[in-house]
Amino acid sequence: MKVPAPLVRLWHRLGSPRWFFETTAPWLPWLLGLGVVLLGAGAFWGLALAPADYLQGNSFRIIYVHVPAAILAQSCYMLMGTCGVVLLVWRMKLADMVLEAAAPIGASFTALALITGAVWGKPTWGTWWAWDARVTSMLILLFLYLGIIGLRQALARPEAAGRACAILAIVGLVNIPIIKYSVDWWLTLHQPSTFKLTEKPAMPPSMWIPLLLSVLGFYALFVWSVLQSTRVVVLERERRTAWVQNFVTEQGSKP
Amino acid sequence: MDTPLLTVRQLRCERDERVLFADLSFAVARGTALQLRGPNGAGKTTLLRILAGFHPDYEGEVSRAPGPLAYLGHRPALSGLLTAEENLAHYLSLTAPGTALSAITDALERVGLAGYEDVPCQALSAGQQRRVSLARLPLLGITAPLWLLDEPFTALDDRGIALVTTLLEEHQAAGGGAIFTTHQPLAPRPGLETLWLGPEGAP
Amino acid sequence: MKIPGLFWGQFRRDGALALRQPGELANPLAFFVLVITLFPLGVSPESAVLAPLAAGVLWIAALLSTLLGLEGLFRRDRDEGTLEQLVLHGDPLVFAVLARLLVHWLGTGLPLTLLAPVLGAMLALPEEARWPVTAGLALGTPILVLLGGVGAALTVSLRSGGVLLALLVLPLFIPVLILGVSVAELAVAGLPTAPVLAWLGAGAALALVTAPFAIAGALSIAVETG
Repeated sequence: MKVPAPLVRLWHRLGSPRWFFETTAPWLPWLLGLGVVLLGAGAFWGLALAPADYLQGNSFRIIYVHVPAAILAQSCYMLMGTCGVVLLVWRMKLADMVLEAAAPIGASFTALALITGAVWGKPTWGTWWAWDARVTSMLILLFLYLGIIGLRQALARPEAAGRACAILAIVGLVNIPIIKYSVDWWLTLHQPSTFKLTEKPAMPPSMWIPLLLSVLGFYALFVWSVLQSTRVVVLERERRTAWVQNFVTEQGSKP
Repeated sequence: MDTPLLTVRQLRCERDERVLFADLSFAVARGTALQLRGPNGAGKTTLLRILAGFHPDYEGEVSRAPGPLAYLGHRPALSGLLTAEENLAHYLSLTAPGTALSAITDALERVGLAGYEDVPCQALSAGQQRRVSLARLPLLGITAPLWLLDEPFTALDDRGIALVTTLLEEHQAAGGGAIFTTHQPLAPRPGLETLWLGPEGAP
Repeated sequence: MKIPGLFWGQFRRDGALALRQPGELANPLAFFVLVITLFPLGVSPESAVLAPLAAGVLWIAALLSTLLGLEGLFRRDRDEGTLEQLVLHGDPLVFAVLARLLVHWLGTGLPLTLLAPVLGAMLALPEEARWPVTAGLALGTPILVLLGGVGAALTVSLRSGGVLLALLVLPLFIPVLILGVSVAELAVAGLPTAPVLAWLGAGAALALVTAPFAIAGALSIAVETG
């Protein structure tokens, strides 16, 4: 099958770090603005306007941070696994750069989800830490992130490190559902004495609409930070090319 | 049968922020040997590793005639706990499975190690270990048309050096080709070419 | 002709190597027994306390001892230069990798599984759980070797990759641990263990057909760095 020429051109351009750097520049303020507005609206609505939970009172309001962080933590790993496939199959350098940039961001969201989970756990379960299925899966996810970050730092040559991390990210991606289901199943075997958050009654719209806004705001900020971080990696990796040197000189000469 | 065993066009390689070589083009025809020379760090080993297919990070084109490749790196690729025969048998299972094991005895005899078949390699001297490594060449012979040898003369005595030279000449006579790195240039002879690497080129 | 030749050539070589340095295989096994000895000393020698922990202790010790054996899985081959020849000629490399892992499992996972009933008795593992746990180890240790092999191959070019290797592979071992320990719990509760064992078997099959490719890829990357 012959791939149409414009598609091939687009694909090559997608793989070009310079094209990425120049194209994404105008998106950044919009993404940041969108993220701040959505998150601000979600937070204000969720924290000030939404009714208190009939069971948990005001402490439930941490879900406006906790749930988006947990969702992003998983999305980010999926992004990394996808980048791993793209890097190994099509040898696209940009995928490696995104993979490198996204790992610490994903790890931060995972840590945020764990910390806010603990903070929420104290008033709800009466303990900072309970071996709930989601908490446990999230902790394992954090280890998967730390493994990728550690491997990247340990391997000296960026090309080799990139492909090694890609293999690890793919292995991790395949294992995440297995880990998740085995942990869920492990908990049903152990008859959890705690609340199950999944079995809450359906939320009223006044609770879930702000949650949706927060999730979207988190996504916008996530994309913004991955783009920013990838741009830094692009500059670092391509620092000897003429276009980066021109760019840096221009930036330096600005008042 | 006149297609070269190896053709390199416009090869460029950077390593650790340094351009090792750029715009490098050459070919190895059947019956020729190419000695790679140049100061330490000029990229001789890297070039050999690119040609062997270990390094994907280069620009340009490398095309190799089909058939297995004999590559001797600076590490001997021998397990000290195994005997010379066992090491070579493993090599045969990788490169030419089904070859009669008597070929190993012949090859060891060829490199002057007759009677050492059953000695664990760690009990051999550095020069003898080098010879076990080199026994791969007569073992494969022309089955591997192209030989890539990284410093084949290290740790060898005069007779060892003469042996490698003879092996190369026989291989060329049989229609094979070779590329090897060296700091000890071979005496000029027909079919032996030299390629200089490094910033200064040939001195 | 090529593939069986590759597999058996590698199997013979690695088998001969393993037999010539029995310590390399015996040490992780001794470590396994040692960790298990520490538990009664550290927790309690009472059967009543040990019995519910026994399967978990066996499995955690198995995980750690597998981890210990993994570091040397490809390290020596790389240092000697054999790995280069393997990557260069081992086509397809996965079969040589499979032979290597098989020898490794025969030397570590299998004896560990065979020791489990004896060590289980020392840990007061309930009798009805003895054989299910052993069967679980027989199915689970190949998964550990296969998944661990990926980590070992990814870290083979590092001078001291041990701690990083643990960080890479232990999270991946968790489902095996969970399934393996639940087998014991189900057996003690008088419930059928076959479904969980079947899951472990499915996991082993999945790892068998996927992990060697990841390992082969990782080894090729390791060879690039010279």
